Amino acid sequence: MMENRIDLTVNIAGLSLKNPVIAASGTFGFGREYSAFFNLSRLGGIAVKGLTLKPRKGNPPPRIAETPAGILNSVGLQNPGVHAFIRDEIPFLRRYETAIIANASGNTVEEYEEMVSILSEADVDAVELNLSCPNVKEGCLVFGSSVSGITQVVSRVRKLCKKPLIVKLTPNVTDISEIACAAEAAGADAVSLINTLLGMAIDAKTRRPVLGNVTGGLSGPAVKPIALRMVYEVSKAVKIPVIGMGGITTGTDMAEFLLAGASAVMIGTAGFVNPYAWVEAVDGLERYMLESGVKSVSELIGGLMV
Amino acid sequence: MNLIHRVGSIKPLNEDTFLMTIESAEIAAAGLPGQFVNVRCGGPDAYLRRPFSLCRVHRDQGTFDIGVQIRGRGTQALSLMREGDPIDIMGPLGRGFSLKSEDKRIAVVGGGIGVFPLLQLLREHPAAEKLALLGFRIRDQVIMEKDFRDECHELCISTDDGSWGVAGFVTSLLEKKLAEKKIDRVFICGPVPMMKRAVETCKGKNIPCEVSLEERMGCGIGACLVCACKVKLDGCWDYAHVCKDGPVFSGESVIFE
Ligand SMILES: Cc1cc2nc3c(=O)[nH]c(=O)nc-3n(C[C@H](O)[C@H](O)[C@H](O)COP(=O)(O)OP(=O)(O)OC[C@H]3O[C@@H](n4cnc5c(N)ncnc54)[C@H](O)[C@@H]3O)c2cc1C
Ligand SMILES: Cc1cc2nc3c(=O)[nH]c(=O)nc-3n(C[C@H](O)[C@H](O)[C@H](O)COP(=O)(O)O)c2cc1C
Ligand code: FES
Repeated sequence: MMENRIDLTVNIAGLSLKNPVIAASGTFGFGREYSAFFNLSRLGGIAVKGLTLKPRKGNPPPRIAETPAGILNSVGLQNPGVHAFIRDEIPFLRRYETAIIANASGNTVEEYEEMVSILSEADVDAVELNLSCPNVKEGCLVFGSSVSGITQVVSRVRKLCKKPLIVKLTPNVTDISEIACAAEAAGADAVSLINTLLGMAIDAKTRRPVLGNVTGGLSGPAVKPIALRMVYEVSKAVKIPVIGMGGITTGTDMAEFLLAGASAVMIGTAGFVNPYAWVEAVDGLERYMLESGVKSVSELIGGLMV
Repeated sequence: MNLIHRVGSIKPLNEDTFLMTIESAEIAAAGLPGQFVNVRCGGPDAYLRRPFSLCRVHRDQGTFDIGVQIRGRGTQALSLMREGDPIDIMGPLGRGFSLKSEDKRIAVVGGGIGVFPLLQLLREHPAAEKLALLGFRIRDQVIMEKDFRDECHELCISTDDGSWGVAGFVTSLLEKKLAEKKIDRVFICGPVPMMKRAVETCKGKNIPCEVSLEERMGCGIGACLVCACKVKLDGCWDYAHVCKDGPVFSGESVIFE
């Protein structure tokens, strides 16, 4: 068997994944919709829709604008709240053999602490702290865009977190490596990047912003070069594993992120265009490895020749 | 789900609108009136899929039609496709119109390209009496007149300037018809101000109605939450999602802004 020779498993922060493909938070709901298209057990993991302590309605529509090779979104963390997630969604997700990563946001440090305490007792495999959502006015991005903010939240949350702790970083900063190092020093087990880039779209005809929230977050192929550069820089700066994302569509795109230093990847926007994008990326990576004579993913990670 | 289907034919309806027939036994077999398909239009800059309502379904032939108005880069690229071309389509998606046998007399109210989903509804609805009220801006915009005439018992057309049919808005036609006739349910699709007015008219007469909404979409299946629309919920409001909870909603539940 050809497949037997290829080892797709990866270990990040004590989390063992059958392959390095994780569905990116906010693009995959809680998995139900895409389970009609493919078996969710084919994914290394699923980062669920960004959760908050209380249910959130999100921002007014329109919440999406198309850009060349990408999209802007301004969903604003619409979600049913962490308790509804634990009650209604975890049992469904547990029917599949895939890692469940709970993506958590808060307005205050106390809220982050409470979220992490709750999730530590829940049946999830890891917690991804969202310190990078550009679509909410409160907490989140404020904490994620300074060394002091990230140090404060991560060090306090670390004391309470009994699960692998992934800190998701925003690209909307001057020096992302500095922020990543602060997350590492404060006790993060891994960092994931990039969240969306703050942008906007204007309708010249109506002289109005396209998005109801005026600004939004850019994702999709358009951001890939920036994401690659940031993953490359951050993985040189920290010792903890890096989860890379931003515009990944194919197995080859994914190989590029692994070469740049990522230990696993997340895929989001590409799935809106092709609902099979996640599983096709797994197959594509396997093909790439076969063709280039690579036997395990670990041989690729950070294998960039500069 | 098989995504690759085939373009059967493209027929112009007027200057900027065309009818595309697509060969797909799966979508033709499963598609219900009011549901939509999400189409990859191709072209250099059309990254996302574009949603279009099922306009007519030919189950026996394994084909369905969508009516398309050329608006921007996606619909422009779609208009350049040719018979036999492969086309990437997800569908059928969403929740369509209700087809209740107790609704014996129904009316459909369409404005502009909002008429498209109403045709298949007329074709499939079990009602004994079907009234179609269609409104257009000017005579050149009037589309599918014969197709609608063949599927209903009475067809009335209005144009804003009176260049075809009755002069005025289709909502005035609705007011007039509801005063004359007993109607059990009204189905509405068109520009927002028109839908809002039509829903108010139905409410005034205590006649239940359904509307088909549009919102910009990402995934088209309920995962990304970008296609939000405001609906009433337990005396308060919440955002529902057009691609999954709709595109058809009860007129009473929608909050038009
Ligand atoms: C449920 C549903 C059913 C629809 N049915 C039909 C139909 O039967 N016939 C028809 O001609 N049109 C229909 N539309 C509208 C159609 O989807 C848009 O006209 C089309 O997406 C415009 O694409 P474009 O590339 O030409 O325009 P662009 O302006 O270049 O599109 C840019 C982006 O905005 C989105 N967008 C622009 N206008 C709309 C709109 N009105 N609604 C939703 N998204 C929009 C596009 O999908 C794209 O992502 C429907 C929309 C929805 C939501
Ligand atoms: C519609 C949408 C919603 C998102 N919601 C979240 C979220 O709730 N939490 C989060 O950490 N990131 C969220 N993101 C960011 C993605 O997880 C990801 O970081 C980004 O889209 C880049 O990857 P991509 O280009 O593969 O989509 C969202 C992105 C999109 C497009
Ligand atoms: S388009 Fe993604 S939820 Fe409706």
